[in-house]
Amino acid sequence: MSPLLALFKRDLSLAFHQRAELMQPLIFFTLVTSLFPLAVGPNPATLQLIGPGVIWVAAILSSLLGLERLFRDDFQDGSLEQILLSGSALPLVALVKVLTHWLTSILPLIILSPLLALFLHLSEAMYWALLATLILGTPLLSLIGGIAVALTVGLNRGGVLLALLLVPIFIPLLIFATSAVDAAALSLPYNAQLAIIGAMLLLALALAPFATAYALKVSQN
Amino acid sequence: MVVLSAHDLSVVKSDRLLFDKVNFSVEQGGLLYVKGPNGAGKTTLLRVLCGLLDSESGEVQYQQQNIHSISSDFHQQLVYFGHKTGLNQRLSALENLRFWCHQHAQDISDEAIYATLAELQLVGLEDVPVGHLSAGQQRRVALSRLWLKASATLWILDEPLTALDHSGIDLLMHKIVTFLQNAGAVVMTSHQDLQFDYPKQELVLEYRI
Repeated sequence: MSPLLALFKRDLSLAFHQRAELMQPLIFFTLVTSLFPLAVGPNPATLQLIGPGVIWVAAILSSLLGLERLFRDDFQDGSLEQILLSGSALPLVALVKVLTHWLTSILPLIILSPLLALFLHLSEAMYWALLATLILGTPLLSLIGGIAVALTVGLNRGGVLLALLLVPIFIPLLIFATSAVDAAALSLPYNAQLAIIGAMLLLALALAPFATAYALKVSQN
Repeated sequence: MVVLSAHDLSVVKSDRLLFDKVNFSVEQGGLLYVKGPNGAGKTTLLRVLCGLLDSESGEVQYQQQNIHSISSDFHQQLVYFGHKTGLNQRLSALENLRFWCHQHAQDISDEAIYATLAELQLVGLEDVPVGHLSAGQQRRVALSRLWLKASATLWILDEPLTALDHSGIDLLMHKIVTFLQNAGAVVMTSHQDLQFDYPKQELVLEYRI
């Protein structure tokens, strides 16, 4: 088996061992989103107005919750040292780890999103736009988040620092994603917003693995 | 033939010069025993030697070539055993070692892993999560890499005797001597006296302020 496939399988089986820990961001996401109809009132017009923003903010915050897991255990138990010394290409290792992280902790959020769209009275057109932005945008969260986790993994308590570093970086993504859903609400085309998010994703896909790999190497100092 | 050599190696950590202009070379069948008090920089030296850390100046060569320029070839020949075991606490010994073998391009069957774990007196513990094993047993699981990576020509061992019992130490010492006799090279640190008759080269690091 190739080293990368072995890594992918190991991380999936580790995620399965840590089911309880993986559920936390998911429950957080659902709870935060369901608080809004209770707090703002059930008026459909208001909920439709704030809905896309709420789902996106909740998605960003809950993705930050689980993000630290990405390299923390491997750093602390020394698996990372052994991977660094295995001769496999580190950027690809970083990419595989980010991919498994996305599959195990972000994909469930996306699968859950129709339910939340229902809570927030989103119309069907708005929901499809939201889904498209989530599918294109959340891998970007994981890729950029991976760099930040790799940078802070050597510090013992990087959790809050991670949020402070990352939230400002995600502002452009948030703006384009919510504006796409707003456009969909007015039955306007939102290809332009999706194209911009897609471009950001491709750029991150090309550069983030190298940045993450470099940060992981530096973390050994 | 010289396997590993250091040329004018200097390392600064937290504004403290750990060691300055260290030179040595380890030949095939050679054992370099790094000694020194706590904080002298033994672990740091070993991490520099395997390329995990960068030195301030000087270079490390593997078979006359800089280890950073041939890093993937170098890492294929190397087994590093550090303070951290490199074992995931949630996975079993078998899963950990299987993953490690794939990662290090070692085509090892599960039977071979079982046999190695049996040799290290870990029969019946193959499927227990590593976190449930004792410290000494965890070190034994980590040490089984020395058995599994038969293609390695260089071992860098940082305090390999820590937490091992007498039979574990005997087993490891016997393995090290066999490896050296088969033209392997070993760099190791230990605070315990090495109890075997094999000519060793000593490198003493002093604690500097």
